[in-house]
This record gives sequence, C-alpha cells and structure tokens, in this order.
Amino acid sequence: MTHPPLPDEAIVLGAHVDDWRAAVREAGRALVRSGSTASGYADRMIGVIEEFGAYVVIAPGLALAHARPGPDVRREGLSVVTLAEPVPFGHPHNDPVRIVVGLAVANAEEHVARVARLANAFNDSGIVGRMARAETTDEVRSLLGFESAEGTESSESSESTERAEGSERAEGTERAEGSDGEAEA
Amino acid sequence: MKIVAVCGLGIGTSAILKVNAERALDRLGLSADVDASDLAGIAASAADAQVILTSSELADAVRSAIGRSFAEIVEVSNYFDVDEISAKLETSLG
Repeated sequence: MTHPPLPDEAIVLGAHVDDWRAAVREAGRALVRSGSTASGYADRMIGVIEEFGAYVVIAPGLALAHARPGPDVRREGLSVVTLAEPVPFGHPHNDPVRIVVGLAVANAEEHVARVARLANAFNDSGIVGRMARAETTDEVRSLLGFESAEGTESSESSESTERAEGSERAEGTERAEGSDGEAEA
Repeated sequence: MKIVAVCGLGIGTSAILKVNAERALDRLGLSADVDASDLAGIAASAADAQVILTSSELADAVRSAIGRSFAEIVEVSNYFDVDEISAKLETSLG
C-alpha cells in the first residue's frame, strides 16, 4: 500500500542500448530511481550473467535480470525496460531480447509472490510483443496485471503462490490471450 | 516423486520454472514435489530427485555439478511455455 509495485520511475520505454550489459544497466538504474536498490546492484546482475551465462533469458525476447539479496537491496522491487532495438544476450534459443525485467529481492521468501505474479502475466505468449510495443507506463502495468493488485501487495503471502499454481489460473491465462485486440486498443 | 528446478541463484528464474512445472504436472494429472535450487545446492537437492529442470544454458553446469545422481536432466527453452514443459515432463516421466 505504501508504494506502487511498479511506479513510473521503474519503467523505461524504448531504451536505446548497444549491448546486453547496457540493457541490464538500464534495468538497474530504474531500480535505483524507484528506491529499490543502490547503484551497485546493476553490476551484480551483470555479474550473475557473466558467471552463469544467459540463462536469465527465460523466454523468447525476455530477460529476467536479478542478483542475490544483499545490502544494496533496500526493498523488494521490479523494473521493466523495453528496448528500441533488440539485443542478443548469448542465449541459444531465446535471443534477441526485447524486454528486460529487473528483479531485486531483500530475502528469499519475499520473491515468491512477486515471481508467481510474473509467471501468471508472462504465461500469455503474446505479452512480450505487446509489452515491447507499449507506449505508456500504464500499458506495461496493465499487461503485468499490476493495476488491480496494488492494494493487496503488502498482504500477499506464500499462500497466493499456492493459489497461483492452480490450473484455474493457467486457464485464465489462456482466456487472456483471446483479448489481444482489447489490450492493444 | 521429486523434481528440482535449477537456476544460477535459486531465486527468480527457478521459482518461475517451479510454478510452471507444477502447472504442467497438474495438466498431466501427475503429482510430484517440485523444489527450486541454485547450482551450488543442486548436488544435495538432486540426490533423491527423478528429474532436474533447467535452462539449456545451464545444463552442462548442472551435469557436472550433480555427480552421480540418477536424475534425468530436462532442458527447458521457454520457462513460461507450459506446453513445452508438459511435453518434456511427459516424455521423461511417462
């Protein structure tokens, strides 16, 4: 309740970047602007990809940049960067990346509800393309289903993850695919 | 039955893979415990697992990390594609 889960400061639309590191830095800067992390967090997100490879590109066109909890995380946060020109991260199947989602969590329990919600949104296979074309921050929030959920953010618990895992939500996602035209209107 | 979803850190991406693996199991009418793990902890968490789900990017690292585990490593391209995860789980569990 105290802050919106994805404020305008955390969203960058149509960023121009030369490479994946610059793309991740944009996501890191957005986390800093929204008060979620200190500036060093971007380098830690880059370090994860340098250490483990481009596995953070978890779907075609979508990278989920993140690092371990640490003292540079002030509070849980999310940022979204859409790229004007897609950049390769080095992933064998899912390159090039058009959307970078930056994720910062202060402790391991916290991220579960957040990630479950992301899973709900991105299970709609059309969402990466629609989000890449989004022209307003409200469009991005709405594609992620964040508008209606703002008030419930602080009371979410791992129970919401349990609910999200049910097949009912999966079916809801399939229904959502049918509303493409509406989302773009 | 136990399935482990692995990513570099054990947060974020493996949690998404866990959520969608549970959806896939639901769809297949199967029940299994799905844990999330980081690479560092995979040897321990895979000791009693039948299947390890991971990114194709991480598969080699997982293979060398698990040592003598009998778990089958299943590589997932799109963590959000429940159809892909279902098909691959059905192949390895069926």
